[in-house]
Amino acid sequence: MILKRPSFWLILVLAAVFAILPTRGQNAALREDLILVAVAITLVSNLNLLIGYTGYVNFGHIVFYGLGGYVGLYLVTERHWSLYLSALTAGVLVSLIALLFGLGILRLRGAYFALATVGVLVAVNAFVANFDPWGRSTGIYVSFDAYEPLGGPMKALWTTYYLIVGVMSLSLILSLFIKTSKFGLGLFAIREDEDAAIVLGVNATMYKAIVYSISAFLPAIAGALMFYKNGMIDPSIAFEYMLSLEGIVMLMLGGQGTVIGGALGAALYERLRSYLLTSPKLSNFHLVIAGGLLLVVVLFASGGLIGWLYQLWPGSKDVIE
Amino acid sequence: MSDLLNASQVSKRFGGLLAVSNVSFTIREGEILGLIGPNGAGKTTLFNIVNGVYKPSTGSITFLGAHITGMRPDKVVHLGLARTHQIVKPLNGMSVLENVTVGACFGRDYMSLHKARETSIEVLKLVGMADRIHSPARSLTIAGKKRLEVARALAARPKLLLLDEVLAGLTPTEISQMIELVRRIRDTGVSVFMIEHVMQAIMKLSDRIIVLNFGQKLAEGSPLDIAADAQVIEAYLGDSQIADKLAEKTS
Repeated sequence: MILKRPSFWLILVLAAVFAILPTRGQNAALREDLILVAVAITLVSNLNLLIGYTGYVNFGHIVFYGLGGYVGLYLVTERHWSLYLSALTAGVLVSLIALLFGLGILRLRGAYFALATVGVLVAVNAFVANFDPWGRSTGIYVSFDAYEPLGGPMKALWTTYYLIVGVMSLSLILSLFIKTSKFGLGLFAIREDEDAAIVLGVNATMYKAIVYSISAFLPAIAGALMFYKNGMIDPSIAFEYMLSLEGIVMLMLGGQGTVIGGALGAALYERLRSYLLTSPKLSNFHLVIAGGLLLVVVLFASGGLIGWLYQLWPGSKDVIE
Repeated sequence: MSDLLNASQVSKRFGGLLAVSNVSFTIREGEILGLIGPNGAGKTTLFNIVNGVYKPSTGSITFLGAHITGMRPDKVVHLGLARTHQIVKPLNGMSVLENVTVGACFGRDYMSLHKARETSIEVLKLVGMADRIHSPARSLTIAGKKRLEVARALAARPKLLLLDEVLAGLTPTEISQMIELVRRIRDTGVSVFMIEHVMQAIMKLSDRIIVLNFGQKLAEGSPLDIAADAQVIEAYLGDSQIADKLAEKTS
């Protein structure tokens, strides 16, 4: 039972901290910091399902977030759907698209699959940048009326924040649930040796396509919420290549294959990134740090921070998953 | 005894190489069938065809009356046909128990995680690895990894077990333990089809033996017949007359 796992309660505590912290004194600056962390944790946790659990590197994971944003904003602004329904539809639709992509590119293995994910990112970006209903390269803007159903722009900022914290928590719970399920065992077997897994009875083709599709669902919802909150979307911010790579750095830093590791890496890296981006001297220096961090982790601590913790204190494996 | 598996006129071609050529055989319920032959004779290729890793170029295979020609390996397991690998393929990052649990979870009974764990512990006791349950698979010795291969395949609750050189690289003590294990497996009602190079072992274990040479079936029969077959001796020693010469010398 998932309820018996300490990590589950850890996730709930984390969610509560996120929900309560900025509410005290209506601290909007803290809220804006935390929303970025929550989105990062959402993206990294779902990326982990593919990289950490299944052993397939996805360089184009950000595509789900961007597509979700586009579908969500299109439905809210052009079709006047409610935010909730739009975000949910974005999640379902993008998952279905991912399932189709997955069935195609998951026939490839190793470096070839990784290359194909870059191809998906570039292709989707090019398609959206030339797609008339979505405003081509100018994108979609959200008018102020669109915030009225949530009680005006000010209130909408808070509502979207809570929703994104919810999506973050669901991402972590999903990771924990998959990790402790039979489905997860099949994924781990594929990660360790796909041919052996198939001979043992794992339907690898289907498992990979399903996990690829699942890893698109919550990021797409987060995208819909986040771009609605920001009030606009265009191809360059929806499909930010660098963010896709930084997601991998965050995951490796925290510890791929673990539930808490991804969150830890995402939170640490996102805070560092924000600090560097806003500091006048070090602006844009964050990519140098990202590259350096990735090298250090890959070379000296392939298990990331959580892997390091496991080494120091083997018993922690049962508590922090 | 009824037929468990029927292979008829099976061939496999890799470009210009005919790796397996027109091989037919049956495996009966409850027997241990040995498969021997010189290196490169096509033994492992034949295994790969039987469990679905390769699709045969021609020919057909039925298992328990169902056509499994070209069926994916993961589906073949569900029907009750499991195998081990000559070159061991442990899931290195996982524990011994987790490795075997994969076999149980995705095997014939498609067990739940909980049930699979219980079954796996039983199987690990049967193969004599109860004390290594929580060891990482990568920490096992070669003998341990071979046992793990057998345990994983057994956890799938197969009706037919394909063993690909489970004795190779083992010490004499380990070999006699493994022979004992194969016997015990057969006694639980599982039929065994095994490739082996350790002649003494396969002669002792098998009810019948098939000999493969250059992809073709050279002979089939009881261990005694096979040991006396001139063609078989030629395939192994290169001189068909050597049997007679040896016989003359001893008489």
